[in-house]
Amino acid sequence: MPEPSHRGAPVDAPGISSRPEIDAPAGGAREMLELTQLADREVEELQALHTLDPDQVPADAVKKRLGPLFWFAAGWFLLIVVLALAAPLMERAGFLPDPTKAVKCANPPCSKLGILKQGYLLGTDNLSRDIFSRIVWGARVSLLVGFSSIFFGLVLGGAIGVIAGFFKGKLETVLMALTDMFLAFPAILLALAIITFASTSNPGEEPRLSRQVAVILALTIVSVPPIARLVRASTLVFAQREFVLAARTLGASNLRIMVKEIVPNVLPPIFAFGIIGVAIAITAEGALAFLGLSLQPPNPTWGGMINDGQKFYLDAPHMVLVPCAVLFLTVLSLNLAGDRLREYFDIKESVL
Amino acid sequence: MSRKVIGGPTGTGRDPNAKLLRVVDIKTHFRTEKGTVRAVDGVSFTLDRGRTLGVVGESGSGKTILSRSIMGLLPKRNVVRQGHVYYEGTDIIGLPDEEMRHVWGSEMAMVFQDPMTSLNPVKKIGKQITESLFLHLHMDKQDAHDTALALLSSVGIPEPEQRLNEYPHQLSGGMRQRVVIAIALACGPKLLFADEPTTALDVTVQAQILNLLQQLQRERHMAMILVTHDLGVVAGRTDEIAVMYAGKVVEHAPTPVLFSNMKMPYTEALLSSIPKLDYPSHTRLEVIPGRPPDLINPPRGCRFAPRCKYAQERCLNEEPPLIAAETPGHMFRCWFPVGSPEGEEALSRNLAAGASASGVPVTDVPMPASLAGRS
Repeated sequence: MPEPSHRGAPVDAPGISSRPEIDAPAGGAREMLELTQLADREVEELQALHTLDPDQVPADAVKKRLGPLFWFAAGWFLLIVVLALAAPLMERAGFLPDPTKAVKCANPPCSKLGILKQGYLLGTDNLSRDIFSRIVWGARVSLLVGFSSIFFGLVLGGAIGVIAGFFKGKLETVLMALTDMFLAFPAILLALAIITFASTSNPGEEPRLSRQVAVILALTIVSVPPIARLVRASTLVFAQREFVLAARTLGASNLRIMVKEIVPNVLPPIFAFGIIGVAIAITAEGALAFLGLSLQPPNPTWGGMINDGQKFYLDAPHMVLVPCAVLFLTVLSLNLAGDRLREYFDIKESVL
Repeated sequence: MSRKVIGGPTGTGRDPNAKLLRVVDIKTHFRTEKGTVRAVDGVSFTLDRGRTLGVVGESGSGKTILSRSIMGLLPKRNVVRQGHVYYEGTDIIGLPDEEMRHVWGSEMAMVFQDPMTSLNPVKKIGKQITESLFLHLHMDKQDAHDTALALLSSVGIPEPEQRLNEYPHQLSGGMRQRVVIAIALACGPKLLFADEPTTALDVTVQAQILNLLQQLQRERHMAMILVTHDLGVVAGRTDEIAVMYAGKVVEHAPTPVLFSNMKMPYTEALLSSIPKLDYPSHTRLEVIPGRPPDLINPPRGCRFAPRCKYAQERCLNEEPPLIAAETPGHMFRCWFPVGSPEGEEALSRNLAAGASASGVPVTDVPMPASLAGRS
């Protein structure tokens, strides 16, 4: 506690002391000068300290890592993709039998125990078709459906979300009401209805769409509402940031702001979500195939193989176990990788 | 979105001989659930090329809204914007965004308060600078790159070539604000709004940034409106100062006049609240009692009366108009101005009564002895 000797000091506050100096502008000039000098002096003193470059990253900084689990997951997924892409080549080279035709097998379904005995990597099914070949060709269907439906879903849902989050107001209300309506529907039922509507036909007429396209369409439509909601939420956050206003003060149009300012910010988290979305879409395709609504037999799909195999699960468990395991591992690897990437790309809040 | 020029600012109606900016009785009201917020309530001023105007006021005095109103950056919904903003003789107040887009960036630009949020975190510095060069000046890639380099060097960023390829988070706060300034200046605006450009920065960097702004403004003969709550910031760096209170300009004067011969008790109170170097330690800071008024239901008379130690009965009932002082260009809004016989009389009357007409305690000895030693 200092002595109350300064008690009277504030009476000399600048405003009061300089108050009556009406015809002495010098007093004001001095005041101004003092104020400026006060700041400048501090700067000069501290500028010396600033010769150290504060922007440099220290050499011993820990590098961000994705971790081994991510690489396992990515490795498995890559394997599936490579096999799926190489399927026609492998078939031509003679490594892969036709998945729709029976191979030589003494007593189908081959390989109850010794999987490799018959020369077929994963045995054959009840119709003596090579399971490995069917898995590889089935992967093409799963991946195509998974990626294209999520891709279209991201484009469509992303556009809806960014527009709703950016413009707000009535437009947002209408768009979000629509997505809510779709969300209120059980997704799988909606997909079923769309496929049935799009790909069945009266006898003698061509169906409106092929099964493959119908499945992609159905899953796209089902994936749009959740993506739109997510993108909108993300957009709302970024649209309020000052850099959006800054872009406007530089003459950017709304479209330009959305495309060049907001989308680059929204993209990384949405990309990571998209990977998980692909996993969900692959599962959904599996479910539809299981119900017989995806690609029609004899074309192989993973869900269809599980459906076929379940009738023989006592005699030939591999018929159901192999496609189940492949589906499980693929979806799991996508989920793990997506999750890890989401954390990895979550740069902004941590750094800024 | 169409890209065609719709009678842009370089088109008809612009008079290069007119004042650069003439703001006439601009009003910005926000309609809210609680009532109409009169954020800016009748502000007028003119600004010539190459001059600097400081806009000073507390938080909530409408200074930021004023600068955004002039630029036309406020949302359209539930906002009433009246008055006239003549930019080189053309009223730009009601122009649609499509036309304002040719004014924004190339004619007037803004530097924001917080460089952390006014830069896009996922875009490289170079890209953020060159974007408006492509947009307004239609430069090719090489030209834009060279211009960006020159801009970064002119705002004092070391190793500009390397910085172009860096992200905002790789720079320090002061460096980021320099980048923000470089972006704002990219297309050579004639009018720059600096909205509290140093509030978010370290004290050590503040003066650097202010000096930089001043230097660039002189080099480019650019007009600048420096919005701040800190009289110290505007003291040596502006030609004129407008002090805002509750959405109105309460005193407007050339900078030296304002500091030497202030008329408005609010200006005086603002200045008294700045601590001085020669104060003994533990000196109590002078504060302005009370809070800025509610802008939905502002006080009937003078808006500062409830906090003013000069306040008389008249201040509570009659709103003072802008009165011209003896110095040209000096205007204030007060019935009992500081330093005038009426003001002296009002203050001594309040001192004798121990309180102003609105009930603010007015004492000669600012605080009781028991409080003086506390900090």
